[in-house]
Amino acid sequence: MKRRFITLGRIIHTGIVNFIRNVSLGVAAIAVMVVTLTIILFSVIANATFANTITQITNRVDISIYLKDEVTPAQASTLVAQIKALPNARDVRYFSKQAALDRYIQQSDNKESLLSAVSKTTNPIPATILVKPTDLNKIGNIITFLNKPANAALQSDQPSYSGDRKEAIDNITHATNVLRRIGVVAVAVFTVICALIIFNTIQMAIFNRRDEITIMRLLGAKTSYIRGPFVVESIIYGILSAVVSLLIINSAFLTSSNALQASSLGLLDIGYASEYFAANFWKLLTMQLAVGILIGTVSSVIATRRYLKFKVR
Amino acid sequence: MILLDRVSKTYNKALGPSLDRISLHVEPKEFVIVVGQSGAGKTTLLRLLTREERPTSGKIIIGGIDYDKLKDKDIPLLRRKIGVVFQDFKLLPNKNVFENVAFALEIVGVSKKEIKHTVPKVLDIVNLTGKEKRMPQELSGGERQRVAIARAIVRQPRILIADEPTGNLDPKHAWDVIKVLEKINRYGTTVLLTTHNVEIVNKLKRRVVTLQHGKVASDRANADYKI
Repeated sequence: MKRRFITLGRIIHTGIVNFIRNVSLGVAAIAVMVVTLTIILFSVIANATFANTITQITNRVDISIYLKDEVTPAQASTLVAQIKALPNARDVRYFSKQAALDRYIQQSDNKESLLSAVSKTTNPIPATILVKPTDLNKIGNIITFLNKPANAALQSDQPSYSGDRKEAIDNITHATNVLRRIGVVAVAVFTVICALIIFNTIQMAIFNRRDEITIMRLLGAKTSYIRGPFVVESIIYGILSAVVSLLIINSAFLTSSNALQASSLGLLDIGYASEYFAANFWKLLTMQLAVGILIGTVSSVIATRRYLKFKVR
Repeated sequence: MILLDRVSKTYNKALGPSLDRISLHVEPKEFVIVVGQSGAGKTTLLRLLTREERPTSGKIIIGGIDYDKLKDKDIPLLRRKIGVVFQDFKLLPNKNVFENVAFALEIVGVSKKEIKHTVPKVLDIVNLTGKEKRMPQELSGGERQRVAIARAIVRQPRILIADEPTGNLDPKHAWDVIKVLEKINRYGTTVLLTTHNVEIVNKLKRRVVTLQHGKVASDRANADYKI
């Protein structure tokens, strides 16, 4: 057991020494890995930001159902219960005529012109049910339910909902999906390029050290002992690239927050993205390290398997 | 210690076998010299013993290890039991004398403390005390070969295989190397030496196995070099 630890220590040490000696050889591998990890990091942050934007907009969207004055509180509460039972209704609230008026006055910010339109003695505001949907894309089932003749009979007017908001959300959802797809393709392409460059780097390193490797073999070094330092070297590429990609994104946020158009960049809410980055810094760092180490390990293991094959003729 | 039973090795059928049904038995602590002209099959024989090559047919057993049952993944373990010295030394040019010898211990997980304790002793056996910090290129051919011998014996193998260790050396240095091999043999290590240096063979007066065209032409104790 002790020997194993000593051997592991030596493998790591040799890997670090080899990395320092061959740093010029590793630059290409690190550069392409930085690009890959930066794309991954950007995708994750953009995804979280879009998700947040959609949630925020969804929260603001509600359906208002206006009840006729003749509707009794019992009928209203039955309707509320039925709407609550719908799968897409997240929050259902009932406002009596008086409560609806109070809400109107409050929302009108005491604006004279709006307030003059209503008076407390002759309240023109109908009793209202406010429904917040879970998913805006499935708003249709709530509308269908409300349009049923029995339910429509209780309503003084067509239910209203913020159609323009839905459109905005559709746009963002579409953009998110497109971006996600582009992200997946870009990550896949760059991961393959990354692996190929690591292959090449290791092949060159193995070529440079072929005499040493032959001697190690003849002296009875296990293949894992010969292969280990190459894997360690690639893991170092992964670690360095993870840190650099985080620094790149961090400096991008610093630059954009200093700029005039700080708050938003097209659909991407830079403010939130920056907050998300800061709040999840350690999580993102861990993720980047894990991905970097994974790419480094897998590609170096495959490369060393390929180029360090142990053959007895 | 070493047993070869009708071992053949053919690289190219058109050229015929490099080794043709060789049988050889070497006792523990023996010092055996394998002689033969270039192309006689000496190097092929050693490459079979270190498992760099597989025999086309025949059986090889070394130190109780049957090569037929040896898996590729266990070859490193076999090589740790056999010390090998090469004609071209095979020293690591970027490591000094001490580090070159220590390297053989490092790859098998020996601790630093043990290495510091063992390496000087072995360097003393090969008369290289005081030259620990020298780089290979600062040494004479004979000294380099003694570093290679120190590296081969530092793990105390039961068998030492020396493939033309004096091939690149002048007579004085060649003899220094042979004296070291004799010393190691006295300590109990079986030595298998290949050479075509007549003077060395005749002076040593040991068992001589002569290879000719891939076959054992003669196998005699206390022999001279006769082909």
